[in-house]
Amino acid sequence: MPRLKIEDLQKIKEQHRAEFTLREGGYRAKVTVHMGTCGIAAGARAVMTALMDEMAKAKSTDIIVTTSGCAGLCAKEPLATVELMNQPPVRYCDLNEEKMREIFREHVLGGAPVEKYALVVGSETTY
Amino acid sequence: MEKFRANLMLCAGTGCVASGTMKVKDALQEELKKKGLADEIKIVLTGCNGYCAEGPVMSVYPDEVFYQKLTVEEIPKLVEEHFLKGRPYEKLMFREPEKKTAIPLMKEIPFFKHQVLRVLRNKGLIDPEKIEEYISRDGYQAAARALTAMTPEEIIKTVKDSGVRGRGGAGFPTGLKWEFASKVKSDVKYMLCNGDEGDPGAFMDRSVMEADPHSVIEGMIIGAKAIGAHNGYIYVRAEYPLAVKRLQMAIDQATEMGLLGKNILDTGFDFELGIYLGAGAFVCGEETALMRSIEGKRGMPRPRPPFPAVKGLWDKPSVLNNVETLAQIAPIILNGSDWYRSLGTEKSAGTKVFALTGAVNNVGLVEVPMGIPLRRIIYDIGGGIRKGRTFKAVQLGGPSGGCIPEHLLDTPVTYEDIVATGAIVGSGGMVVMDDNTCMVGTARFFLEFTADESCGKCTPCRVGTKILLDMLTDITEGNGKEGDIETLQDLAKDILTTSLCGLGQTAPNPVLTTIKYFRDEYESHIHDKWCKAGVCRNLTTFVIDEELCKGCGACLRACPSKAIIGEKKQPHKIIQEVCVHCRTCYEACKFKSIKIMPAGYDAGSPEKAEEVKTGAPEGGTAKGEA
Repeated sequence: MPRLKIEDLQKIKEQHRAEFTLREGGYRAKVTVHMGTCGIAAGARAVMTALMDEMAKAKSTDIIVTTSGCAGLCAKEPLATVELMNQPPVRYCDLNEEKMREIFREHVLGGAPVEKYALVVGSETTY
Repeated sequence: MEKFRANLMLCAGTGCVASGTMKVKDALQEELKKKGLADEIKIVLTGCNGYCAEGPVMSVYPDEVFYQKLTVEEIPKLVEEHFLKGRPYEKLMFREPEKKTAIPLMKEIPFFKHQVLRVLRNKGLIDPEKIEEYISRDGYQAAARALTAMTPEEIIKTVKDSGVRGRGGAGFPTGLKWEFASKVKSDVKYMLCNGDEGDPGAFMDRSVMEADPHSVIEGMIIGAKAIGAHNGYIYVRAEYPLAVKRLQMAIDQATEMGLLGKNILDTGFDFELGIYLGAGAFVCGEETALMRSIEGKRGMPRPRPPFPAVKGLWDKPSVLNNVETLAQIAPIILNGSDWYRSLGTEKSAGTKVFALTGAVNNVGLVEVPMGIPLRRIIYDIGGGIRKGRTFKAVQLGGPSGGCIPEHLLDTPVTYEDIVATGAIVGSGGMVVMDDNTCMVGTARFFLEFTADESCGKCTPCRVGTKILLDMLTDITEGNGKEGDIETLQDLAKDILTTSLCGLGQTAPNPVLTTIKYFRDEYESHIHDKWCKAGVCRNLTTFVIDEELCKGCGACLRACPSKAIIGEKKQPHKIIQEVCVHCRTCYEACKFKSIKIMPAGYDAGSPEKAEEVKTGAPEGGTAKGEA
């Protein structure tokens, strides 16, 4: 390990920002891959791997990825939901690796929902 | 750099390691690999999370789900449910002791919710063995500022204005200590850290050293600059192997990266830091004794003045600060003294870490703003008294401290208010005792410790603590005499006023506070030969109240010496000749039908049976078990 100069402290902090975004909160975007039994059977696993790959390539520090169970629409699995800060969630359906990559680039990074793959905007009413 | 979607912060503090963290870690690793998640989910071993009672514990980020009591067997299910399918695994989640529902979020768990973390700011959030993780949480930024942009006077002023006081027990203002040493002219000075945590039941410093060793090192660098020291030692007891290992690792990493040693961060400032292992003598927590110990001599205190700020280690000006004190220095430098003062009271600023143990539901490490009432720590954070029993006393400050009774539970935790009760804040050991505790026995326990640990240099401490101990032993064994209480008080005052160091000056505190608040227990031990808590074997007779007894047989089965007889659904009886006074039956009875009576009590006659019911033998003043 090289000897540090003062400005290196900040650099190290930047390098680890992504990890601490996970632990401390304060992320800009959250992508949920629905990984119920139906989702996994339909290929959610590969979708997740593709997503993680894009995340690594983008060197993003303010996006988190999480999994959740069956979204209730098993026929249209794999499903994923993209939530940007202060915007309603967008749910995508019938995903594959390529579609996931495209959604990541266009919506998560670019901020523009990919209408052609989108299923719904918003979430169910809960009481 | 690889990218992870979740971090599993698995506690690897001493407590959790003892309850199986390493096995759980292996199982987790294997299971994640099996499910193809190893590249997505990272396991991070952290220092003590504080919630030791429920270990091994793990926090999952970004979900903020808290798991407890992890076992190897449950790991496959946990990984599949939560990490693959995204459904938090309820079975291993936190449950409030009195309730059945699982609480998933860390910030909703009362134990964590009421705490404010400053000293423990990185606990469970970083891997203590990786310096980069400490730096990522603004680590060494304060040292950089102190070395480049601040004069020693400015550092001292900031620390003085913050009002931070020594967390080792005495509560001496840290800034003032630094100022004294900085004003002494000498080419060699020493910056020292006291990690010789010796109070039974206290583990704050160990946890800080294990969970966040760099915070201590950074505090020392800042202190060294303030007083003009270029050498330092961390004095740790050898019984803290994990703390020693992590500190050494931290020192090595910091040295390699130019954060210790020559020309730190290219600022021209030098500071060499080493670890000195103590052999675990309690007296070596006293500053002058600690310095003798580092010099290689027998750890014994010497009279002050001269104070260590003038003549300390190897007769050079030295500053010794406690681990917890040093861990707060960096945030004070970064955020300023007003920020520090935003919590706590005028004279006791900031936060204090307590090691909460004993008869509370949530045993562990807690950090709270100073000035909050004891009751909130014990009931809101500690979750109240275990097994629905009632609170009797809380012991603060270890063997140097005292016992605080129920009616003083609203006392705010500040240095002054706690001293007014007769106890001390001390290093932060907080032992909660329930109604099963004999207070004379408690005082005896602490005196046994101090009498054993007295270094023997001064007579009042060496002989005085032994006499106190012998008298307390006599009382608990049934040989107490009229006038013993007065003699104890008299002798205690002599020891307090004439001992050389803090050990002797505080050793009688447990005796004085228990006499002050629980004098009736001493009296019933001496006059009635009756230990109402049923702890002192020579001073109890266990009898069954035949009206309350349902004949369930629970006591009969529990009794190790077969001293209980009786038919099912018929009142049982204890054969006194066989009874060994172990109180197992008392614990086993669900109907409170077992009563604790004085020594030699004969429950044979009908009148006596009536007494058993009311729990008041003739001449006795008390109302049944205490």
